[in-house]
Amino acid sequence: MINLPLLPILIPLLAAVILMLFPKHIAAQRVISIVTAIATIIASAVLVAAVKQNGILTVNLGSWPAPYGIPLVSDMLSALLVLTTSIIVLFVLWYAIYYSDREYESYFFYISVLFLLVGLNGAFTTGDIFNLFVFFEVFLISSYLLIVLGGKKGQLRESIKYVLINVISSALFVAAVAYLYAVVGSLNMADISQRIEALNEPGIISVIGIFFLIVFGLKGAIFPLYFWLPGSYHAPPIPVLALFGALLTKVGIYAIMRTFSLFFYQDGGYVHIVLGALALLTVIIGSIGALAYRDVKMIIIYNIIIAVGVILYGVAVMTPDGLEGAIFYLLHDMVIKAALFLLVGIMMAIAGSSHLKDMGGMIRDYPWIGWTYFIGALSLAGIPPLSGFIGKLLIVRGGFAAGDMIGPLLILISSLVVLYSAMKIFTNGFWGTPREYHGAKAHLATRLWVPAAALILIAIAYGVGAEAVRPFITQAVEPLVNPAIYIDAVLKE
Amino acid sequence: MKKTNDVILQTVTKIISFIIILFSIHLFFAGHYTPGGGFIGGLMTAAALVLLLLSYDIKTMNKILPFDYKRMTAIGLLIAVLTAAGALLFNVPFFTHAYDYFDIPLLGETSLHTAVLFDIGVYLVVIGITMTIIQTIGESE
Amino acid sequence: MEFLMSIIVGILFTCAVYLILSKSLIRIIIGTVLLGHGSHLLLLTMSGLKSGSAPVLMDNISEYADPLPQALVLTAIVISFGVTAFFLVLAYRAYQELGTDNMEQMRGTESHD
Repeated sequence: MINLPLLPILIPLLAAVILMLFPKHIAAQRVISIVTAIATIIASAVLVAAVKQNGILTVNLGSWPAPYGIPLVSDMLSALLVLTTSIIVLFVLWYAIYYSDREYESYFFYISVLFLLVGLNGAFTTGDIFNLFVFFEVFLISSYLLIVLGGKKGQLRESIKYVLINVISSALFVAAVAYLYAVVGSLNMADISQRIEALNEPGIISVIGIFFLIVFGLKGAIFPLYFWLPGSYHAPPIPVLALFGALLTKVGIYAIMRTFSLFFYQDGGYVHIVLGALALLTVIIGSIGALAYRDVKMIIIYNIIIAVGVILYGVAVMTPDGLEGAIFYLLHDMVIKAALFLLVGIMMAIAGSSHLKDMGGMIRDYPWIGWTYFIGALSLAGIPPLSGFIGKLLIVRGGFAAGDMIGPLLILISSLVVLYSAMKIFTNGFWGTPREYHGAKAHLATRLWVPAAALILIAIAYGVGAEAVRPFITQAVEPLVNPAIYIDAVLKE
Repeated sequence: MKKTNDVILQTVTKIISFIIILFSIHLFFAGHYTPGGGFIGGLMTAAALVLLLLSYDIKTMNKILPFDYKRMTAIGLLIAVLTAAGALLFNVPFFTHAYDYFDIPLLGETSLHTAVLFDIGVYLVVIGITMTIIQTIGESE
Repeated sequence: MEFLMSIIVGILFTCAVYLILSKSLIRIIIGTVLLGHGSHLLLLTMSGLKSGSAPVLMDNISEYADPLPQALVLTAIVISFGVTAFFLVLAYRAYQELGTDNMEQMRGTESHD
C-alpha cells in the first residue's frame, strides 16, 4: 500500500465531503464523524508502525517524480503528530456530541472539525513548502468557521481579530515563499535544503529564516506575536477551544522544527539564538499571564504559551537531547492541554461561569472530576512519573549540555508557575466551601467526564510507558539532527 | 426597494449569458491539451450566472435554476476526490491519472483522460462556491 | 520590468499597512485585500517575469514561461478570494450584532476583569 501516508488526510476529507451533502442530519453527522475519527486513528497507527519498520515513507502525488511534483513525506515525527492529532479529534468530537446543542451542530460543526483534521494532518505530512501553505489555509479556514460558530457578540468581535491576524500572516507566508523560491528555485523541502547548502549564502537565507519565524511564530504564538491568542481563544465554546489549544499552535511549532532543521542551520546558529531568546521570553510572558488571571480558561490558555516557549527552547538548542525532549513534550502537551480544557469545560458547565470566584467545593459532588483534574495538573507541571516529566528533563539536560545556564533554570522555574497556576484552579474550584450550582449543563458532567478522563489515561500511559515510546521519539529526532536522512528519503528515485 | 426597469440589461443578458456559458464549456474542454480547464470554465459559467442574478433577482434565479449550490460544491468535491482516490485501487500514487486513445463515432480517434473527471469536479466546485458566496452576501442585505 | 514591479509591490504593501492600521473595519478588510495582492505580485515578480509561450508542449516553440509561479499565484488568489468573502460576511454580521464598525469600540472581552 504505497499510499499509506495519504490515508490520514484522505479519510477525513472524504467523510467531510460526504457529510456536506446532508448538513442538517445531525444523527448521521455524529456517527459518521466519530467513525471517521476512529478510522483515521487506525490508519495513522498503521502508518506509525510502517514508518517504524521501513523508515521514512514518501508518496509522489500524481506520480510526478520529486522534486517536480508534490511529495507527501511521513517521517516518524509527522506520523506521531498525525496519530496524536487524530486521537485528540476523536475525544473532542465525543465531548462535543454531549456538549453542543442541536442547532449549533447543524451549522457545519462536524464538517469543519473534519476539514480541520484534514488540514492539520496535511500540514504535518506534506513535503512541499507551498503545499504546507495550502494545508495551513485549509485548517485556518475551518478554524475561522469554528471560532465564529454560535455567533455570540464576544465571539464575533474576537473572531474578527483572529481572522485579521491570520490573513496577514498568510500574506506574509506567500511573501516568504516568494523570496525562498527566488533564491533557490524550488519548492520541495528536501530539494530546497540541498540547494541552500550548495548556494552557501547564509546572509539572505537568515533573512528568509527570520521571515518564516515571523510567519510560524504568529501561528505558534511565540513572544512578541502571541498577543492575539488569549483574546481569540477565550471566545469559542470549550470543544473548539480544546481543539485550538491542543492543535493549532502546535502546527506552528512543527513548521518551525521542520524548516529550521532543514533550511536554516548553516549560518552558525544565528537564527537559532534568536529563536532561543524568543522562546525564553515566551515562557516568561506566559508565566506572568498564568499567575495573573483567575479565569480558568485564561489560566490554561496562558499555559499554552508557556508550553510553546518550553518546546521551542528545546528546538532552539538543537542538541539531540533537546530535540528529543521537545518532541516528547510536544506530544504530551497536545494530549494534556486537550484534556485540561475539556475538564475545565466541565467545571464551567457546572458553575455556569469561567471565573474562579464563582466556583468552590466541587469535590463534594464531583470527586471523580476533581481527582482527574488533579492528575492532569500534576502531569502538566511535569511531576514524575507523569508524562510532562521526561520531556522537560530532556529539554533541560539538552540546554545544560549546550552550555546554557539561564534557559534551563527559567524552564524549571516555569514548571513551578505551571504547577501553582494549575493548582490554583484545583484549590479554588474543588476545595473550599461547597455551594449550590445552577449551570445549565451541570447534569451532563459525568458524561462529559468520560472523554476527558480517557485523554488523561492516555497521558498517564504515555508518561509511565515512556520507555516503550522512547525508540519512536529517537527515530523522530534523527531526520531533524541529520537532514540528509530526510533528503535521501525524498529524493531517492 | 423600488423596482427598477432594466429592460435593456435583461434583454441583453438573456442572449449574452448563453454565449458566455457556451464559451465556458468550450474553455472547459480546451483545457484538455491547451490553456483552459475546469477552474476557468467554472469561473466563467459562474460569471454568466452572476450576470443573470444581477439583471433579475435571487427569487427569479432560484425559479429558473433550482440548484442547491452548497450541495453542488459537495458533489463536485466528491467527484474530484474520488477521481484522485481511484489511483488507490491500482496501488499507484494518489492523483495518478490514466489516459488512452479510443475510436469514437463522429469524433474519430480521441484521447480520453481521467483528468476530465477531476476537472468536472473542479468545475462544479467553482460554480458552487462562487454562487454560494454571491448569494450569501446578497441575501443578508 | 522586475524593478517596476518591486516598486508597485512596495506601494501596495504601504497602502495595505496604512489601511489595516485604520479604525474602520471595511478599510481594514480592503487593506488585507491589498496586502494579499502585494504578496501575490511579489511571488510573480520574485520568480522572474520571463516571456515565453504558455507551458504546454507544442511544436516550433523553444521558450516556455515558468508554469510554477502561475500555479502558485492562482492558488493563493483563490484562497484569498474565499477568505475575503468570508471576512466581509463576518464583518457585516459583526456590524449588525455589535452596532459598530469601529475597532476602538471592539476592544477587550467582557470577562477580563
